[in-house]
Amino acid sequence: MASMRDIKRRIKSVNSTQQITKAMNLVASSKLTRAKNRLMDTRPFFQETRKVIAGVVNGSKGISHPFLEQREVKKKAVILITGDRGLCGGYNANVSKAAMECVDDINNVSAVTVGSKGREFFKRRGVNILESYTGISENPSYSDALKIGQLALDLFTKGEADEVYLAYTEFISTLSSEPKLIKVLPVDVNEFTDDNTDSEQALTIYEPDEEAVLEYVIPKYVNTVIFGAMVESAVCELGARMTAMDSATENASEMIDTLNLLYNRARQGAITQEITEIVGGSGIYD
Amino acid sequence: MAENKIRLRIVTPVRELYDKEAEMVIMRSSIGDIGILHGHQPLTTTLDYGFLRIINGDEEVRATIFGGFASVDSRGITILSDAAEWPDEIDVQRAMAAKERAESRIRSNDGNIDIARAELALRRALIRLEAKEKK
Repeated sequence: MASMRDIKRRIKSVNSTQQITKAMNLVASSKLTRAKNRLMDTRPFFQETRKVIAGVVNGSKGISHPFLEQREVKKKAVILITGDRGLCGGYNANVSKAAMECVDDINNVSAVTVGSKGREFFKRRGVNILESYTGISENPSYSDALKIGQLALDLFTKGEADEVYLAYTEFISTLSSEPKLIKVLPVDVNEFTDDNTDSEQALTIYEPDEEAVLEYVIPKYVNTVIFGAMVESAVCELGARMTAMDSATENASEMIDTLNLLYNRARQGAITQEITEIVGGSGIYD
Repeated sequence: MAENKIRLRIVTPVRELYDKEAEMVIMRSSIGDIGILHGHQPLTTTLDYGFLRIINGDEEVRATIFGGFASVDSRGITILSDAAEWPDEIDVQRAMAAKERAESRIRSNDGNIDIARAELALRRALIRLEAKEKK
């Protein structure tokens, strides 16, 4: 059995760890509320943008645009959105794994990463990293999303990538989230066809014309998708951290309880032994 | 006269600026100012930098809109913009500083400076200042 002093030292160390995890849990949950509100604010824009694209695509059958064109896939690009820090359960690992699903040949894939965890992940696997953004994943701004969106569009138009993927974490509830891998470019027209089947679509006028509207709306859509994914991932990261820290705090409590029991047992044992020694030493029973 | 009003929503990536009814909405589309009344034909248009005027009887409210697009259908008008704000929210000092910075950039003739970008910044600043003055 470990000595009393050893047990006491362990209790102390577990206790201070618990204080840290508890504090992190509180910080994450207060940030989570704010992040959730932001997520709610970004959703209308995303939905409305989608509606407009659906309208254009459905209203004018057979429209062609470079952004909608499927090309033979030789090179791919993937945008991976992770956090900058760990201690959030499987959050970073899960989304990174999802991103790897589109990687069939490391030499044909280039990556754009948000968050230092994603950068490290791809670096370890030898994937070429074009650009990495850190320090923005917890509180993403629209201008950050614009930069990434522009980069994605440039890669696609210049032919440096025939397909652009986006790996992010979808927010379901505070306790559950799901890593997702979606194709951002080329925009898949079929995705929009059953969104909206209004008869008024045929009457819609487009100014200056359909192509110009599409030309303008698609980059906006890509930016919005990326921004939405960033905000959503931020919420998931905080949610994951909160859950992870909550269970860590609980585990620490359990550990302290077990250690306390051990400590008391050791203390009792020591007392008993002392008494036995005194009694033995006094020689009463001789 | 609720039946003669049109519902207007202004949405930006970070918030919903407006979601109410209006009698007439005048916006700066990329081919000129257009006014929309109740019962307008479905329309989708891109927007230029400029003012959006929301008219309700004698009352007129202005907002600045920097790009984006508007879609009109039977549900009303939806304006999606990267940036939209009310005149009260404009920071005059910041707009002034942006104006001077943009002007000096355009004048500088430095090959490294993106003139088109500076001009856009200048237009934004001028519109913001104008919005503030008219208030």
